[in-house]
Amino acid sequence: MATEEGPADGGSRLARRLHPLTPVARGWKAMAVVLAIWGQHAARSPETRIGLAIAGAVFVAALLWGWLSWVFTVYRIEADDLRIDSGVLFRRTRHVHLGRLQAVDVVRPFIARLLGLAELKLQVAGGESAEGSLAYLRETDAQALRAELLARAAGVRPDAGEAPEQPLVVVPMPVLIGSVLLSVGTWVFLLPSALLVGMAVGTGNEPLLLGFVPLFIAAWQFSVGRVLRYFDFTLSESPDGLRLAHGLIEHRHQTVPPGRVQAVRIVQPLLWRAKGWVRVEVNIAGYGKHDDHENHESTLLPVAPLPVALGVLSRILPGVDVQAVPLSPVPRRARLHSPVRWRAMACGADDRVFVARRGILHRETDVIPHAKVQSVRRTQGPFERLLGLATVHLDTTPGPVHVTAPLRDAAEASQLVHDQAERSRIGRRGEGPHRWSARLGGSPADVDR
Amino acid sequence: MDHALAPPDQQWHPVSGQLYRVRRFLAVAVVLPAAAAGGVLAGIFVAPWLGAVIAGTLAVALAWTLVALRRNQRSWRYAERDDDLLIAHGVLFRRLVVVPYGRMQFVDVTAGPVERHFGIATITLHTASATTDAVVRGLPPEEAARLRDRLAEKGEARSAGL
Repeated sequence: MATEEGPADGGSRLARRLHPLTPVARGWKAMAVVLAIWGQHAARSPETRIGLAIAGAVFVAALLWGWLSWVFTVYRIEADDLRIDSGVLFRRTRHVHLGRLQAVDVVRPFIARLLGLAELKLQVAGGESAEGSLAYLRETDAQALRAELLARAAGVRPDAGEAPEQPLVVVPMPVLIGSVLLSVGTWVFLLPSALLVGMAVGTGNEPLLLGFVPLFIAAWQFSVGRVLRYFDFTLSESPDGLRLAHGLIEHRHQTVPPGRVQAVRIVQPLLWRAKGWVRVEVNIAGYGKHDDHENHESTLLPVAPLPVALGVLSRILPGVDVQAVPLSPVPRRARLHSPVRWRAMACGADDRVFVARRGILHRETDVIPHAKVQSVRRTQGPFERLLGLATVHLDTTPGPVHVTAPLRDAAEASQLVHDQAERSRIGRRGEGPHRWSARLGGSPADVDR
Repeated sequence: MDHALAPPDQQWHPVSGQLYRVRRFLAVAVVLPAAAAGGVLAGIFVAPWLGAVIAGTLAVALAWTLVALRRNQRSWRYAERDDDLLIAHGVLFRRLVVVPYGRMQFVDVTAGPVERHFGIATITLHTASATTDAVVRGLPPEEAARLRDRLAEKGEARSAGL
């Protein structure tokens, strides 16, 4: 795999530092708190001097600490690794193996954006803390480094530069706002908030509102927050994989190399059905291990018409037509277990993917390529056993998508487990090489695991 | 016991009866003192009949637990196939998991103090999925070591990228 040792290699061995303004961009919240305390103390005159002294000392100490950790943080590229050394008291060296690169994000939070900085996040398969993060770099440096890392991971010359990209989908603003307005979640929080504010103002009890701040935050998150987060959502395609760019205040640019999508879910909420809109979520190793709620890293398309979503899906999983996969329903007796939901449950497989569908009102379709299945499970509770039913789970990496085929006939479930194990075994053999440049005409011998 | 598992031509290995003994030890160590203390205290401070009821109930619960533990231990089994490991267990809630060797990221062998005293160990197979839940309990140490080495060797040969 040492074929890509180019002349540019020697230069990139040099240790590099983060941007000098890093402490400011990282610690601005702490600074704001200190400034707020300072301001309060200044207002109360007798303690001004002591308060000022303490606040100043904390401020200087924090700045010094930030500066020290900046001094001690160094990164360099070593052959197939990105090496990050950090830590003031406890030194830590992290090697991010580029062969296992699952996704690269360039994140620009609000303050960092004002300073022209960006954070480079590398998602790597394996382990809880396997990801590497470089915060913060100059925006242009972050982009250049991303291009170089992707080129190395792809197995092309490291100085190949940024791969060209062409937009696949742009989510128009009216559609985004419409999708938020047509979400149940929006109104669940927005209506009570509006009602509360109206009542409090009407009766002159404004201080009562302080107790409901969490509700207001939720209302904001679900309505305006979502519009801001998915503002100008653009999904593009490049030789380095899918590129997602979005966000008004915090801007996020994600690159997911080919073959890194572990599982896909197409979600159709009830109110979107009239419009024919769906949302697409994906499991990517590395994302989704932090928390499950509203994991926007894992959103591939916040809202799009179904044909567009299927088009994107055919790009992620070439040669797969999800709608052509034959699905079989669950046995009629499953209604005794789930009187309503059983009607929507169905699953099926073709030679490439396994598909499971469920949900009467909130429809979900899960798609997992056979090659990506981590393990297969069959579970059966006492009530299921009484009815001669069983549930089959296809395990995948952490993320929003959990593929299950619930309430199958018990014998069919056993057969399904057996067949799926076989399909996954064959699927794993047919997997492309990890260095994706090799998929396009490179030698298949250059398979990196 | 019928697990309705795929092909019955698999050679299923049972787990050691020591698993039952470990759990019996733990159950007795917790329930017996609780039954004695509850029965005596209630008998002294409330009424003798209440003490007898409490002690009796706990004793019946313990007996039932022991039966359940025995059945659970007997339900554990695993089979090594060419490309994957099968693990099945459970009486009331039955589960079967198929873990391909190529998907294993690492294998843990653990044994707590009580398990060590009774001479058994637990093997946990980790994949990139958090929900895999592939655990084999109640293995004699030499069998655990053999299985660990075999899994490592098979995993090495069949390892697949994510």
